[in-house]
Amino acid sequence: MMTTLVAARLSLSPGRVGAVINRNVGALRSGPSYWIVLISGFFEPLLYLLSIGVGVGALVGDLSVDGHTMSYAAFVAPAMLAVSAMSGALAETTFNFFFKLKYMKTYEAVLATPVRPFEIAVGELVWAVVRGSVYTVIFLGFMVALGLTTVAGAIAAFPATVLIGLAFGAVGMWVSTLMRGWQDFDLLGTGQFAMFLFSGTFSPVHDYPVGVEILIQLTPLYHAVELVRSLCTGIVGPGILVNIAYLAVLVVGGLWLASRRVEKMLCV
Amino acid sequence: MADQSLIFARGLVKRFGDFTAVDGIDLDVAPGEAFGFLGPNGAGKSSTMRMIGCVSRPTAGQLRILGMDPVRDGTRIRARLGVCPQLDNLDPDLSVRENLTTYARYFGVSRAEARTRADELLEFVQLSDRANGKVEPLSGGMKRRLTIARAMVNDPDLVLLDEPTTGLDPQARHLVWERLFRLKQRGTTLVLTTHYMDEAEQLCDRLVVMDGGKIVAEGSPRSLIQNYSTAEVVELRFADGLDSNAQYAAKLDGIGERVDPLPDRVLLYADDGDEAVAEVHRRGLTPASVLVRRSTLEDVFLHLTGRTLVD
Amino acid sequence: MMTTESTPVTRAADPPRLRPVVAIVERYLTLYRRLWQASVFSSFILPILFLVSIGIGVGGYVGSVEGVDYLSWIVPGVLVSTAFQICVGESTYPVLGDFKWVRAYHAMRAAPVSPKDIVHGHLIYMIFRVELAIAAFLLVVVFFDGLHSPWALATVPICALLTAAVVTPVAAFAASIESDSYFALLFRFVVIPATLFSGVFFPVEQLPAAIRPVAYASPVWHAVELSRAATLGRAPGWPILVHVGYLLLWAVVGLIAARRVFARRLED
Repeated sequence: MMTTLVAARLSLSPGRVGAVINRNVGALRSGPSYWIVLISGFFEPLLYLLSIGVGVGALVGDLSVDGHTMSYAAFVAPAMLAVSAMSGALAETTFNFFFKLKYMKTYEAVLATPVRPFEIAVGELVWAVVRGSVYTVIFLGFMVALGLTTVAGAIAAFPATVLIGLAFGAVGMWVSTLMRGWQDFDLLGTGQFAMFLFSGTFSPVHDYPVGVEILIQLTPLYHAVELVRSLCTGIVGPGILVNIAYLAVLVVGGLWLASRRVEKMLCV
Repeated sequence: MADQSLIFARGLVKRFGDFTAVDGIDLDVAPGEAFGFLGPNGAGKSSTMRMIGCVSRPTAGQLRILGMDPVRDGTRIRARLGVCPQLDNLDPDLSVRENLTTYARYFGVSRAEARTRADELLEFVQLSDRANGKVEPLSGGMKRRLTIARAMVNDPDLVLLDEPTTGLDPQARHLVWERLFRLKQRGTTLVLTTHYMDEAEQLCDRLVVMDGGKIVAEGSPRSLIQNYSTAEVVELRFADGLDSNAQYAAKLDGIGERVDPLPDRVLLYADDGDEAVAEVHRRGLTPASVLVRRSTLEDVFLHLTGRTLVD
Repeated sequence: MMTTESTPVTRAADPPRLRPVVAIVERYLTLYRRLWQASVFSSFILPILFLVSIGIGVGGYVGSVEGVDYLSWIVPGVLVSTAFQICVGESTYPVLGDFKWVRAYHAMRAAPVSPKDIVHGHLIYMIFRVELAIAAFLLVVVFFDGLHSPWALATVPICALLTAAVVTPVAAFAASIESDSYFALLFRFVVIPATLFSGVFFPVEQLPAAIRPVAYASPVWHAVELSRAATLGRAPGWPILVHVGYLLLWAVVGLIAARRVFARRLED
């Protein structure tokens, strides 16, 4: 009984998932301003890269990490890429998802059709990652152009950014279902920003006191940054398997919890 | 019987914690029927509709929709339902037409077919000229008509309408009624909830009156009025009414079939209203105003529950 | 009918336009009292985290800039960018919202409150908000040994001036648009670049000569220059009057624009 229910909950119709994505494509097409906003999204990490990576990098000079010497910009760029993958996915699955869930009542209308909560969750997540991937591809192009990684590094890093998008997107979606109102987004934004500042993005985590370092190593962006930096710089160790496993767990757990919450909220 | 019914319920119950929203109701809705739930806010109409729409699990009792089990076959049932919710949940990010085409995709309707249907339905709800416009600037009545069109996009066997005209101005209501009446004429099975008796009288072949989660009466609007009211009702208002209506009611005792004192007026139920008024004057009473009218479902509800429908 | 004696016009004693402005400020303060917790993170904690991550973390690799340690160098930068962020944040969504969704301005207009009063009230409230945030920031920075002169107190009027120069044009912009999607563009193309390239993290002299004038055009750069001179206790590179005059120019033009746009929008 239990297993059939679980199977029913997790069964997917690609057509219906596609229809959920189709809605977002339609929304994108009908609003010209939405387009500009979407496309302009990749500027943010790029500007950070130019300001902190190149601007502050000129003050820093070269950096020695685990015995490898690299320019500060080459150190920061992969982190900005990971951040870009994270925030691209989060933008869609937190703010937009919450708005559709709570205010537009989009999903109430959708759930009156054959579409299931799990299909909504998967559709929204796939859409978020597709959207985020536009940013990461452009960003990788810039990194190659600026000599901050190789073409091979960029090709290796791209699937990693997809995984990062899936992981943050899934968890973000679950978190959105727990939000009480807009004020909670301030907390989410703060958490996101704190991770952005301390996940080995701007300086190596070894510099922090041991306790802080361990705490950071428990957070998701740290694993995302480590994974992408390994692949972009070509300094790959067995540690990336831990990073990958960590992120994969987030994808599965986040999706599972998110669809359960949607069902609890809307199917009572 | 159960095999032909589009909706079949026995002892259907919905509880939210300690609160019982629907308290053991039986239903049979036949194909082609226009069936209504009449009752005040909180009577359990919307909870019943959500169970029928397979987005809410029954707490207890038997429920079969289109001959299937809503818990197990929810997806298959919903594929054949059209739902028009109480509050419009149209998609403001999409154009009027895209609202229909996008929705059709959820049912697996092909893109080309979705476009054709969208255009037909926009024509049907008289919104063709707004097809490429945004949803936001539409009036309340237009939005409701668009929501009804959206509910038709999968060519459903059964259309559920939760309070289809609540919040609309009189003109917009009549336009919506007229469209729903056309649907009915085409043979579409309609199930609707309402707390307006005029709406129930206009649209429903058969209805149940709900109160406190229970069905308190069932029948056609005509038969309900015949069974639970008189042909005519006299409304009497007294200048010093308000506090003394109960005393007036005592003095009116015996006229017609029943006397009902309300805070602002006294109702006299009689098959011949004019005769009842004559008797009132013979008893030497001088009401400030007298109105003789036909009986409505409002009177039925008042009789059944002792309360007015719209408060 | 009884003849009523005319009530004595006690109101005439009050300065004519002060009363509504005070009422507007009170309204904002009432809202702030209910919502201040939500702004604690963005106004107080994030700037400190920023300082720790970049100032101390990255600063460890930088050494000294213009003769001082990196932390001391970016303290005035982070201070001004914090003030700037608060100004923009509180003049975008809240202003459009009060026109469009909450319609609070229309309610005010129905009372004897003029569009000018609304603009002035908002500005006064914003100065209060900014001063509160920078006071807390300065207090914390004292413990980081980030201030080098009693002139640091001059950052209080500098930030008030910056507030006037930023709040008024941004509020005018917010009052002139219909869709909040434009804010995303404002953030991406104006606010973030102004934060990242206005001498907050590295000297603008490092920018390519072609881009430098853009930094000079930004009010943020002028406020940063003044604040940096104040906290380090030395004269700025450009004459003080030029910096102050430029900020005043923004404030005056912004104020005129805001008054006009508010009046026009409340006419309909």
